[in-house]
Amino acid sequence: MLSINRRIIDKTKRLLWGFTGEGIVFKIGVYFLLTLIGFVYLYPLFYMVTYSFMNTEDLINPLITYIPSGLFWDNFERAASVMDYINTLWKTVLASFVPAVVQTVSAAVIGYGFARFRIPGKSILFALVLATFIIPPQITMIPQFLMFKDLGLIGSLFSYVFPAALGQGLKSGLFILIFYQFFRSIPKALEEAAQIDGAGAYRIFAFICVPMAVPAIIISFLFSMVWYWNETLLAALYLGKELTTLPLELQNFAVTYQKMFPVDPNAQTGRSLNEAINMAGTFMNIIPLLIVYFLMQRWFVESIERSGITGE
Amino acid sequence: MKISYRLREALVGLSFIWIWIVGFVIFTAYPLIRTLIFSFSEVKITADGIKTTYIGWHNYRNTLFMDVKFGDIVMNYVVETIVIVPIIVAFALIVSLLLNVKIRGKGIFRTIYFLPVIITSGPVIKQLIDQGATTLPGIQDLIKLNELHDSMPAILADLLIFLLTSFITILWFSGVQMLIFLAGLQKLDSTIYEAASIDGASRWESFWKLTLPALNPMIQVNIVYTVIMQSVFSLNPVINLIQDAMYEPARGMGYSAAMAWIYFLVMLVLLAVLVLLTRQRKSTR
Repeated sequence: MLSINRRIIDKTKRLLWGFTGEGIVFKIGVYFLLTLIGFVYLYPLFYMVTYSFMNTEDLINPLITYIPSGLFWDNFERAASVMDYINTLWKTVLASFVPAVVQTVSAAVIGYGFARFRIPGKSILFALVLATFIIPPQITMIPQFLMFKDLGLIGSLFSYVFPAALGQGLKSGLFILIFYQFFRSIPKALEEAAQIDGAGAYRIFAFICVPMAVPAIIISFLFSMVWYWNETLLAALYLGKELTTLPLELQNFAVTYQKMFPVDPNAQTGRSLNEAINMAGTFMNIIPLLIVYFLMQRWFVESIERSGITGE
Repeated sequence: MKISYRLREALVGLSFIWIWIVGFVIFTAYPLIRTLIFSFSEVKITADGIKTTYIGWHNYRNTLFMDVKFGDIVMNYVVETIVIVPIIVAFALIVSLLLNVKIRGKGIFRTIYFLPVIITSGPVIKQLIDQGATTLPGIQDLIKLNELHDSMPAILADLLIFLLTSFITILWFSGVQMLIFLAGLQKLDSTIYEAASIDGASRWESFWKLTLPALNPMIQVNIVYTVIMQSVFSLNPVINLIQDAMYEPARGMGYSAAMAWIYFLVMLVLLAVLVLLTRQRKSTR
């Protein structure tokens, strides 16, 4: 009799407290924490969305804090025209997609070279690759800018593409590292089998290793694209006036707004720049990214785990 | 002619890598050297091009000793980084531990936490900060800020206030680190934990003695990554200072080059210190 009671007690204890995290109490605790943190994370976005729909009366009204009185689309119209939305959007896509592709290709090639071949001085070269990741772009920015200016490349996409193609793109060192880790973990037997069948090194790379490197390619491409998209420092410098990006337009939002909708400071017309319009602009800025993210988020997150970046 | 196998291998390997070497020389090494030269000279932009006149350590002396703003901002940056980096890394560690638990809906949480990485660009964050979207409502009232000021030295109080108000911003910067930790955690072998618990280790102990050491390389990677991110992020005041100085006709590019180099060195020292602090000591048996 006693032993059965004992067993029941133990089982309940196990159920509740768990041993390595199976207990219900434990899990509830985890859920609670995660939700709390999630809320904290999402709060700025929540703020942004609700404010972007508010009209000026809502803004002034102290009773209305989180829910606008209606869907006020005007803010978006205004913001869109300030940023020249469709145009800039297209330019931004171009300015992030193309360098991302180029960077991914070159990182894959270079990473493979480091991973599979013994080359004299390889360790020094590899250390330099990592060093390029650590060097802040600000140091190389000025002479690069001058160089591009002399070559007439300022304002053209090539100022992004050339360095990327040669492995010196934005955070290229990281992607080269990722591909390096990844290719190293591919069993050599596969390549040797292909070699026996007469395949040359380039063929092995293109037809065997690359198809296997899909997770690394995905990571490299997605992150490249996101980072190029969000880059304002280099964009301001290298891309000139014609080729602006969405984040850049946001940076100059206030100034551009003043120029387009000049306001007599004495008049309370509600046409002046207010938080709602700012938030609308910000919202429109990140919508494309959000859409891409939600479509691909599985790949983003899973690829990091599968790419072997943690070394195996 | 017989080419040895090793030589052939090296040549093929080079054929993959040579584009990087060329790129490095043109886009990294050359600009680095040029900035170095700039930092030691006075740079004037004339109609014919760039004229540099060698002035030795002048720029450096100006930056370090005469420019009050620079010294202040760099000190600020160092302090902020030393404080922020461990917080971000620790937070990422905690969250990744939470996410590693077998619960349903892991994917949703992961998606939420990683979201900021995608949308974080300088202007976006700046707008959010300006509009106060990054401080939790009521947190100002919750912590009586004045009391804080009275009860501890100003530096600490300012730091705490800074932390509490930019809490969300700090969280938003930990997405990538979280994923790296997660990936590392999932590679851990669960049999070690079983063995340890048979030997009588408590959960706390097995965390400290098994999990943490195994994660050490990831901790280091994350620290390096976070320091670099903080240093390069466009809202960083040092960056702004350097950029502004670039266009100043009075002191010009030589000056800003010297600033950039000093900043870089400071960052390197910071990195070296942090990495050394977290290296694993080889246990003596």
